[in-house]
Amino acid sequence: MTRAAAVALALVAATPAAAQTANAALAYTQLPDADQERRARALMETLRCIVCQGQSIADSDADMAGEMRAVVRQRIAAGQTPRQIRDWMIARYGRYISYDPPLDAATIPLWIAPLLLLLAGIWLARGSFRRR
Amino acid sequence: MTNRRWLMWLPLCAFGVVVAVVAWGLWRPADRTVRSAMVGKPLPDFTLAPIAPGKPGLSSADFRRGQPRLLNVFASWCVPCIAEAPQLMTLKAAGVPIDAIAIKDTPQDIGNFLHRNGDPYARIGSDVHSRVQLALGSSGVPETFVVDGRGIIVAQHVGDIRADDVPGILRALADAK
Repeated sequence: MTRAAAVALALVAATPAAAQTANAALAYTQLPDADQERRARALMETLRCIVCQGQSIADSDADMAGEMRAVVRQRIAAGQTPRQIRDWMIARYGRYISYDPPLDAATIPLWIAPLLLLLAGIWLARGSFRRR
Repeated sequence: MTNRRWLMWLPLCAFGVVVAVVAWGLWRPADRTVRSAMVGKPLPDFTLAPIAPGKPGLSSADFRRGQPRLLNVFASWCVPCIAEAPQLMTLKAAGVPIDAIAIKDTPQDIGNFLHRNGDPYARIGSDVHSRVQLALGSSGVPETFVVDGRGIIVAQHVGDIRADDVPGILRALADAK
């Protein structure tokens, strides 16, 4: 933890004066409260990086992903729930940004298709076993 | 048994459907553009400090003065921004008011960029941490938003503005009046 803080400090010291604020550090520095950091981390893993689209913002090293991590940590530290932050992101970038599809009219086929296929499979298997 | 004959073809039909879906996905050109979900909504509230010498900063209130404006998200370090500069100058010459948000930039770099590529901007706000960019649902530079006179975002152009995009943007501005 102290090493991470030292690295973060060194990074901050190396950036130009204009970029030197607490916000920049939050992209790469954990929140002091372990419980808040755990919630922030869980949320970051389910938000898509919009620059490198196959990755989550927790995995990506893109600048934009760093800024998004900072936004997540800042808002968690300010007492917002992960749900509120996810909704804020979806209001800006659409549902594509979230890796966690909610259950609603648009996603219902996604959730029930496996069940339907399983039922169809059971029905087919039952038919062929009976014939034997 | 004869009425069950057709069932024999069912797996082949299902396979055909899968092939059709996969082929459609392969042949359709992939569009990975992330568009803002803020189109049709009011600009988020923001106030950004000035960055260019002798040019005011930018706030969301500047877009509620009755006249449609362009909001260009750019950066001096962005190569496609150089490519779209002549088109922005064309739009400015056509009387279009253009404001800008500079992403992760410094006054010196912005000064050099404007000196080299022309200066179509009425105001430039400095967004060092992309906070306003994120609030706008913008996923990169350059991007251009058409904002009507009440501060509602009516259109978004992702990527550099090419010469053949200019008429469409002028039309969106005319429709926003």
